[in-house]
Amino acid sequence: MTRFRSADVIDRARAEGRSALIAYLPVGFPTLDRSIDAAHVLTQSGVDAIEFGVPYTDPVMDGPVIQQAADIALKNGTRPRDVIAAIDELSGRDCDAALLVMSYYNPILAYGPDAFARDLAAAGGAGVITPDLVPDEGAEWIDAAAKHEVDRVFLVAPSSDAQRLEYVVRSASGFIYAASTMGVTGMRASVGSRARDLVDRTRRAGAERVCVGLGVSTGAQAADIASYADGVIVGSAFVRAILEADDRADAHRRLEALATELRRGVEGA
Amino acid sequence: MNITDVQGPYFGEYGGRWLPEALIPALDELAEAWEKAKADPTFDAEVQRLFRDYTGRPSLLTEVPRFSRIAGGARIFLKREDLNHTGSHKINNVLGQAVLTKRMGKKRVIAETGAGQHGVATATAAALLGLDCTVYMGRVDTERQALNVARMRLLGAEVIPVEQGSATLKDAINEAFRDWVANVETTHYLLGTVTGPHPYPTMVREFHRCIGEEARDQIQEQIGRLPDAVVACVGGGSNAIGLFHAFLDDEDVRIIGCEAGGSGIESGEHSATINAGSPGVLHGARSYVMQDEDGQTIESHSVSAGLDYPSVGPEHSFLHDIGRVDYRAVNDTEAMEAFAYLSMTEGIMPAIESAHALAGAIDLGREMGEDAVIIVNLSGRGDKDVHTASAWFGLVGDDGRADLAEIRRTVADALENAPVGPAAPAAPAGKDEN
Repeated sequence: MTRFRSADVIDRARAEGRSALIAYLPVGFPTLDRSIDAAHVLTQSGVDAIEFGVPYTDPVMDGPVIQQAADIALKNGTRPRDVIAAIDELSGRDCDAALLVMSYYNPILAYGPDAFARDLAAAGGAGVITPDLVPDEGAEWIDAAAKHEVDRVFLVAPSSDAQRLEYVVRSASGFIYAASTMGVTGMRASVGSRARDLVDRTRRAGAERVCVGLGVSTGAQAADIASYADGVIVGSAFVRAILEADDRADAHRRLEALATELRRGVEGA
Repeated sequence: MNITDVQGPYFGEYGGRWLPEALIPALDELAEAWEKAKADPTFDAEVQRLFRDYTGRPSLLTEVPRFSRIAGGARIFLKREDLNHTGSHKINNVLGQAVLTKRMGKKRVIAETGAGQHGVATATAAALLGLDCTVYMGRVDTERQALNVARMRLLGAEVIPVEQGSATLKDAINEAFRDWVANVETTHYLLGTVTGPHPYPTMVREFHRCIGEEARDQIQEQIGRLPDAVVACVGGGSNAIGLFHAFLDDEDVRIIGCEAGGSGIESGEHSATINAGSPGVLHGARSYVMQDEDGQTIESHSVSAGLDYPSVGPEHSFLHDIGRVDYRAVNDTEAMEAFAYLSMTEGIMPAIESAHALAGAIDLGREMGEDAVIIVNLSGRGDKDVHTASAWFGLVGDDGRADLAEIRRTVADALENAPVGPAAPAAPAGKDEN
């Protein structure tokens, strides 16, 4: 098992003259095994990093598509510890992607922040994105993540001012997750100009790597964002591909096709 | 240090701001606007004018000697928030935040509601002050409280049924936060209780502290001393903190918070967050939360929609941990009995939420005896609950869960030789006695 951190794969992409492609999937959706297989298909189709989402009962940052997937995962009995198992399994499968967790904070708090960081690192995980944890409340998590050497990825938003950006950048490691718009996850026809402005301001605040998420679903959008950001994050579009698939093989075909389109996008093609 | 010196953002280890970064600037803006408003006498003057001329404050403090016969003979006084315009304490906070919204230059408010009381109050204030209003309400609740949905719409508000999750109050809050993230520049989230991220727990408490301050003055005016105990129901905990706050530093005053015990804590079907939950993070605050070992929120249950919430204000968690407030669980049956007792003995029909506090006062009165003086926050009126109560007592349909005739007999026995009519206690100075 080789463990890739976020910076490894983002810098690798940069060396190839492109942005990194990062894919979100909820763990346990539609089942634990199938979510691992789906992630594996993506890593074989040009995706540089996987964000495994931990399903949570109260996902305030998520739109309807990801809510629906998380509901299915919860009804299947998916537990936060399954994300560790999924990453453990995936990191053992000829995988050169960084494997991250995206989790609301209460499941991490219940697991124990130190234990979560420890177990994730041992499983080969790269880090954790925490959409509802701001660094102001993150002392315990920041300590745990630093101790066990996992990336602590915090978000910034178009509403963040220079002072907030500097504070978040100083507190984070791996990369900064720039929310493209003021809103929740979900596909949007256009990502808008605020994303570019936010990436510029986040770099001026000292960030070495800035990736853009929220609303991205097409190769053209990916190409546009790749012209100014270090990574492009796609979630709902992959989830929808699985939701709309007739069966497992169809899901894999759809995932592969979408990943290939997005990969061409981040390559600027 | 006095307990009342604890002002947030943290109450001990509780409180804080556990929300996405996108909302931090809005919370900063709100906290700043709130601090400025507090320092501006014109803000307080406007809120006080609305309290007086629109809500009808100060609310009465009514002694209920016939009800006290059920409660071991202890002297019981009700803080009559049920007499406020819109029928509950909720209007206090809503008017305060609506005036603040105008000062921030925002044109739209959003709110969550469970039973519909906060939604109705918000729709009312929005109508009064010319604000656009959108209320999120779980689909299950819109069906249980169809009349309140109609009231909100008649007041000009848009009501959006929320289908996600368990389709109840917690999901309505999630949806309100999602709306807020997307519309934060034009919209104020008019949160209805002392939960949520800073500054809500402190700010909402400040708009409700008039409850306790008035009661503290009124009881001294009526009996010449402080009460031995104050009692309120606790869901999110806004009416309770409003009453409690004036008494926190009065060491000799016992403070009792009544959580919704539902079908009993052992049944798992309840909303007794402090009694049966554990510290966690939900809806922007660290506090006691009803959660499983994985940190997933457990659905709450109560006959009272207004107490049916799986967390509680962070200040309550703090007051529990330091032992200042005694939080007890009152189950559905006890609350419904108290609902009928007050209705039959005093001609005052309480909200089922408030009936939890009355049930707590019955127990406390029996425990403390005839010399005790107890103030109960009658946080709302029961008109909205007639349907629930009728079903409970089998007045509509055949499958009631309790027998009203039995309660009538208990009341008749207790009232034998009791004085009739409103209270005429020793030297009341109140203008509305008799």
